[in-house]
Amino acid sequence: MSGPPRAHELGIIGCHVCGLVCREPAVEDAACPRCGAALHRRKHDSIRRTWALLLAAFMLYIPANVLPIMRTVSLGDVDDNTIISGVVELWVKGSPSLAVIVFTASIVVPMMKFLVLGTLLVSTQRRSGWALRQRAGLYRLVEFIGYWSMLDVFVVALLTALVRFGFFSQVEPLPGVVFFGLTVILTMFSSMSFDPRLMWDAPDHD
Amino acid sequence: MNRQPRPPFARAICENAAMSTPEQGIARMEPAPATVDAPLICEQCDTVHRNRVLARGEEILCVRCGAELARYHALDAGGMLALVLTALIVFVVANVWPVVTLGLGSQRISTTLWGTILMMWGQEAQVVAVVAAATLFFFPLNKMLMLGWVLWFARRGRRAPGFAFIMRTLYYLQPWTMTEVFVLGALVSIVKARAYFDVQPDPGIWAYGVLTLLITIFSGIDLRRLWDQTEPRA
Repeated sequence: MSGPPRAHELGIIGCHVCGLVCREPAVEDAACPRCGAALHRRKHDSIRRTWALLLAAFMLYIPANVLPIMRTVSLGDVDDNTIISGVVELWVKGSPSLAVIVFTASIVVPMMKFLVLGTLLVSTQRRSGWALRQRAGLYRLVEFIGYWSMLDVFVVALLTALVRFGFFSQVEPLPGVVFFGLTVILTMFSSMSFDPRLMWDAPDHD
Repeated sequence: MNRQPRPPFARAICENAAMSTPEQGIARMEPAPATVDAPLICEQCDTVHRNRVLARGEEILCVRCGAELARYHALDAGGMLALVLTALIVFVVANVWPVVTLGLGSQRISTTLWGTILMMWGQEAQVVAVVAAATLFFFPLNKMLMLGWVLWFARRGRRAPGFAFIMRTLYYLQPWTMTEVFVLGALVSIVKARAYFDVQPDPGIWAYGVLTLLITIFSGIDLRRLWDQTEPRA
């Protein structure tokens, strides 16, 4: 492999918590001498953990979208909203620009996380040298936007706490919102357990 | 080294690290000049870079994958401490005052963050209540308190008691605070509710807005440099 040297080739290792650079330890479960965090050359069992968490997140994402997340009762009229019907309602009655934001946070971002992490996992497993820089950028994007998907969960929580006018108007959370919250958390754990350094370990790049 | 007990498995690398010579540019146990001597290793692709002192507005990007490795910081420990204390005060305001008030006829209902959390707990959505309490209250609060504690000592170049533990905890808490998402959520709720109710934003929402700005500023700060700016003996 050409190009600038990589830490492993020089036999050194950087601590991910405090940044201290050490010689690569001989033992498996070493700790950073400065801050005490575990030192890993690569995240432990990264590919398998990322797959497991991603698949679990995907399984929860189905009920999160199919089941309603919020019930609005007004004057005896019961109306159950799913994520997508909430977006539509916001578009029609409120403001289209916010509808776009909610659509992005609740639909586009989670779908993108599944697609991007899935692509990264498959290409890394195949030791592909394809578009490495772009894949690295995609990973940073997923890490950066991941937690914004929690938006809809907080909206449901706030509306539940605010709209308590009894018979006249009432909002209740429905199981969909719990599934959706869990999906977001699992995708966050999934992207955290992916080790982007593995992409660059492919033998045939540069 | 100091007298603090160390886990036995750490000894192997401590000896390794002590053996490494400064000519190789590998950090030794004395942290003082290591900012420039020690190489920078890209966390995302493992590429080794030479480190250097940055001027205003400069940053170091990884030549291989493009990740940001280091960036110039105008704030010293005192400045960061001021920011954290400001954020703490704003945090109190944001949590004590209600966020939004809804009106329907003569009825008025307002809520705070904790009102929202307790409501979700009571409505069979305990998972949501726990997630909200953690990411909107406990994690941000702990982050500010721990940062304040560490920075208070770092101003004089010292390491606070529990420095290593706190720095590790801060690192792991980093992605789990969602105050800015909550602010956007409050805006969306206001717009949604406006179709049916009189909506009045309360001081809490403004405080949350300010808090979001402050959090954005200090989430851009690389806390690792505190290791280089402080002496091991507290």
